Amino acid sequence: MRLLSTIKVALRALRRNALRSVLTALGIIIGVAAVIAMVSIGNGAKSQVESSIASLGQNIISVFPGNFTAGGVRGGFGTASTLTVEDALAIRNEVAGVVNLSPEMQDRAQILANGLNWNTRIQGEDISILDIRIWSVVEGAMFTEAEVRSAAKVCVIGKTVADQLFQGMDPIGQTLRIRNIPFKITGLLASKGFNYFGQDQDDTVIIPFTSHLKRLARRPFLNSIVIQATAPEQMARIQQDITDLLQQRRNGKEPDFTVRNQQELAEAATATTKTMTLLLGAIAGVSLVVGGIGIMNIMLVSVTERTREIGIRLAVGAHGSDVLLQFLTEAIVLSIMGGALGILLGIGSSQLISRLNNWPVLVSPTAVLGSFVFSAVIGVFFGFYPARKAAELDPIEALRYE
Amino acid sequence: MPAVVQLDEVHRIYESGDVPVHAVRGVTLTIGRGEFVAIMGASGSGKSTLMNLLGCLDRPTRGHYHLDGSDVSALDRNQLADIRNEKLGFVFQGFNLLARTTARENVELPMLYSRRHLSSRATHDQALKSLALVGLSDRADYFPSQLSGGQQQRVAIARALINDPQVLLADEPTGNLDSKTSVEIMGVFQQLNAQGITILMVTHELDIARYCQRNLIMRDGCVVSDVRVSARLTATEELRKLRAAEATAKLTA
Ligand SMILES: Nc1ncnc2c1ncn2[C@@H]1O[C@H](COP(=O)(O)OP(=O)(O)O)[C@@H](O)[C@H]1O
Ligand SMILES: [Mg+2]
Repeated sequence: MRLLSTIKVALRALRRNALRSVLTALGIIIGVAAVIAMVSIGNGAKSQVESSIASLGQNIISVFPGNFTAGGVRGGFGTASTLTVEDALAIRNEVAGVVNLSPEMQDRAQILANGLNWNTRIQGEDISILDIRIWSVVEGAMFTEAEVRSAAKVCVIGKTVADQLFQGMDPIGQTLRIRNIPFKITGLLASKGFNYFGQDQDDTVIIPFTSHLKRLARRPFLNSIVIQATAPEQMARIQQDITDLLQQRRNGKEPDFTVRNQQELAEAATATTKTMTLLLGAIAGVSLVVGGIGIMNIMLVSVTERTREIGIRLAVGAHGSDVLLQFLTEAIVLSIMGGALGILLGIGSSQLISRLNNWPVLVSPTAVLGSFVFSAVIGVFFGFYPARKAAELDPIEALRYE
Repeated sequence: MPAVVQLDEVHRIYESGDVPVHAVRGVTLTIGRGEFVAIMGASGSGKSTLMNLLGCLDRPTRGHYHLDGSDVSALDRNQLADIRNEKLGFVFQGFNLLARTTARENVELPMLYSRRHLSSRATHDQALKSLALVGLSDRADYFPSQLSGGQQQRVAIARALINDPQVLLADEPTGNLDSKTSVEIMGVFQQLNAQGITILMVTHELDIARYCQRNLIMRDGCVVSDVRVSARLTATEELRKLRAAEATAKLTA
């Protein structure tokens, strides 16, 4: 069979120049490996962001004081102090579809216990914060609703705080002093680790928001209100209702609050990693194209070197298409071989990177398949011109070539 | 004698340079089956151009060329390639073998592009048979670099013979060989011709032309002389004489 034997001829030519073939394919090998490694790292980062965002809870709407869409001087989230507990209660009572709601206070303070001290975050929350954040208490218990109502001096602490202050001792029932006010520890929170922003979520003390307002806060304003909606389809409507309600409560004054949903935050967070993945992939893609040009270059040299061989083949009856196929096969085999080696190298190096740096790496089958197909296409694209040059040679000229 | 090659007022004009070169100017020629013809002439007289036309590597600018009864002067590139593959065999001055490819594989090359598909086994056998015809059976697995010039030219002849061509064409086949090896190659040609193969060769050596049956002389693109060789040489006889002379030379030395 003419096709088969032509392919065999092409393969033999490559094998004969094994070192040169590998060097020629090196551009593609590195290009494909880079694409796969980059996309794997990008995907790993993206999935980590997504999972840490999911750990913040589902169907979450947050209300922040201040309005960054209004004109004039803009302070950003949480700089204006106009959000009140009454606003939070109004939302809970008047907006349909709200499952959980927690008015939030936040502060940092030096805390004392067991003769040690530690600087940490003090969060004032409702008990429903555990449901909202998909969190739990692993030892002891969460403070109760009654304790929230009475602004009791109780708290639950994160694992980091427990480790720093109690160093292995059981913290439950112990007393902890925040700004010299004693709080009784009722529970130890489950460990959540670091979040997307690199913040240690276990380095915290949660007290009832009422206690925070009454005993720690200098001014009676909330840092935010976090709301959990029934279903994702309800989000837009609830967001609108909250906006309308708060607007109404401000008697038509310029809005001094911002309502955001989790989706928007998640999109903003994943957008950066998506951009990063795209950018890294694009840079790697450029190296693939450079690899293709390398193949074209070597194929052109090869055609010139083998002008006489081409002349002989044409003289004994090869059609232009036979010669074209022969050289095109060489280019495609080079690039496919480069693609396959590049895939192995890419997967290997991304595993190594993940092992060494403890980064999450996600090898994407789409990237693997995509770069394989792309390298084959590069072979056809960059191999075609030299192959056609070979096929169009005049047999007499080619035979006379020195 | 039926004609295998029939040229009719064939012209070839090269238009590539500044001035057109009229390399072949109206050649009319008939060559019968089984003939052994030498084309001679000064350098630049158009021998190679005529040979390329006869070998279907090139098309006449004007005139007609009938090969084996059919007009091939107006065929396209691929049709000419098929004619070269099936009806013609080529031997070049520079041997033109593929390097790093064994003698047998070189001989098989035309079969790779043949329209009749043979199994690799049959291709193999055919190549060995062809090598046997030129007396090189024992060198089938040698590479060109391991063969002498005469042996390389024999491989080229075996390659030219593999598809059972109507005509064997050779452009200065002995041009790169010493005189004794040249005589050996002429011996191979004479032996093939005796088996009925038509041979057309270009040479500028008068004594080489005397091994052929018929001599054409070209000048300025025209055939100016067409004669039968009267005192034809036979290679076996000449080789015997050469060896005897060598022996006496050794004795007297
Ligand atoms: N490809 C070509 N383009 C232009 N002129 C050519 C070409 N090939 C040969 N010629 C010219 O045609 C003439 C005949 O050349 P050629 O057939 O090679 O002669 P010979 O083989 O008898 O030495 C010469 O004048 C040569 O310069
Ligand atoms: Mg010549």
